[in-house]
Amino acid sequence: MKRQILMGLLLPALVGTAAMAETAPAEVAYEEGAVAQSLTGTPGNPDEGANVMSNRGLGNCVACHAVSAMPDVAFQGNVGPSLDGAGDRWEEAQLRGIVSDAKMTFDGTIMPSFYKVGPYIRQGDAFTGKAFEGELPPLLTAQQIEDVVAYLMTLKE
Amino acid sequence: LTLTGLSATADPADDTLVVNGEINMITRTDKAPDYIEGLSEQYSGWHFREDDTRVMQADDFDNPGMLGVEAAQGVWDTADGTEGKACATCHEGAESMAGVRAVMPKFNEEKGEMYTMEMYINQCRTERMGAEAWDWDSADMVNMTALISSVSRGMPMNVAIDGPAAPYWEQGKEMYYTRYGQLELSCSNCHEDNYGNYIRADHLSQGQINGFPVYRLKDAKLSSIHNRFKGCIRDTRAETFKPGSPEFIALELYVASRGNGLSVEGPSVRN
Ligand code: HEC
Ligand code: HEC
Ligand code: HEC
Repeated sequence: MKRQILMGLLLPALVGTAAMAETAPAEVAYEEGAVAQSLTGTPGNPDEGANVMSNRGLGNCVACHAVSAMPDVAFQGNVGPSLDGAGDRWEEAQLRGIVSDAKMTFDGTIMPSFYKVGPYIRQGDAFTGKAFEGELPPLLTAQQIEDVVAYLMTLKE
Repeated sequence: LTLTGLSATADPADDTLVVNGEINMITRTDKAPDYIEGLSEQYSGWHFREDDTRVMQADDFDNPGMLGVEAAQGVWDTADGTEGKACATCHEGAESMAGVRAVMPKFNEEKGEMYTMEMYINQCRTERMGAEAWDWDSADMVNMTALISSVSRGMPMNVAIDGPAAPYWEQGKEMYYTRYGQLELSCSNCHEDNYGNYIRADHLSQGQINGFPVYRLKDAKLSSIHNRFKGCIRDTRAETFKPGSPEFIALELYVASRGNGLSVEGPSVRN
């Protein structure tokens, strides 16, 4: 009985240690907007990246960007430039920087920062309109950032 | 729709709005007021809606918002509260309200604060009729604002921003450019920098409020200005403000002033 409780207390701590291998949002090193180091050390999965980019509940990048390679994704926006050929235009490190915090590359851009934890003005709890107390998780996880970067690298013309 | 289809239709529709074949609406101007630095031309939200939605607004029989106007007409004539009075007791026909919407919100000298139409209505109800205040977003309230707006249709919006209104206007302007929430988006990011563009399926307008209250097809009901503000701020993943809050009253004044010169359209039809 006592042992079980102890295990219960220890497990999350272990998971926490494992996650330490990831670079935390505040520790990401930007050099002229680019991030050379993988955030996780685990190669990104482009298929998962495509999902993150088109899913409204995740990156929803297509809200602002068109991607011709995703003809099945309806209603692609045009607030940002088309991402066709992004893998030609940018190095992987630059794309990692843009997706993590585009404001480091494009000063004052409207593009949200996907791997940043604020502070934000009147930060809310997702789309509830209610306040969120404490430190918000970033919009995407470190691995999701790597997945998106891996997908963007496939966008060659 | 194909992608190219989307960008091909991204501009505001080149169209004119005449309601009931007689009210000529100013839905666009070549020159925004000088005090609006970020806008050169002005467009009503009407220009950014699909053809069928725009057509609905051209005839009161097709405009579902007019059902709210009709309902409010009944309320206008009905006595309520301890004084046994109706709106009609003091104001006669609702046409007497012609011009009122065009200058709202305005500074209420007697109360010493900025007053929206909702506040004037509730002041009459509580202080003059002995009736209960209506909630900001209740059907009674939104319908009544639709009735009062409808008799000003075609008149140019003309809210005052100077004198005692100035500090409210400044506050609203500051809010307009504040990047709220986890997405760090300001009103201007969407409605000044990107009107005409698509954000996913939404064709971004200038976020003008000359058409309010707006009948939203998606909700199948009339929506107040503050309700729309609330939704837009919520969509930035922010803690929003409440309808009727001092912040939204100030923002309403500022946004109304961005539309000075456009015709009052309420109740308009949007998706
Ligand atoms: C609210 C709008 C918005 C969203 C959402 C958004 N972006 Fe952007 N993005 C922009 C804009 C605008 C630019 C252009 C940079 C600038 O000048 O501001 C941009 C630039 C970029 C660029 C560089 C463009 C190029 O190819 O030259 C990439 C890559 C990019 N975004 C990827 C993404 C990804 C991936 C996501 C989602 C995880 C995303 N964006 C979400 C607005 C957005
Ligand atoms: C007992 C008389 C009385 C009743 C009943 C009454 N009002 Fe009023 N109302 C007034 C007076 C007086 C004013 C202030 C007029 C002014 O300052 O120009 C006013 C002002 C207003 C204004 C602001 C007009 C403006 O130009 O600033 C609105 C809107 C309004 N009333 C709506 C209503 C509605 C809707 C009802 C019924 C629900 C109603 N009133 C009932 C007397 C009344
Ligand atoms: C993320 C983008 C975004 C932001 C930020 C945003 N809005 Fe909107 N807003 C929209 C969309 C999408 C619509 C619906 C289409 C349209 O009319 O533009 C809309 C509609 C509106 C409308 C209705 C216009 C009409 O004619 O029916 C108003 C008013 C408005 N917004 C005001 C604001 C204000 C004020 C702010 C800041 C507090 C704001 N919006 C912030 C996206 C945004």
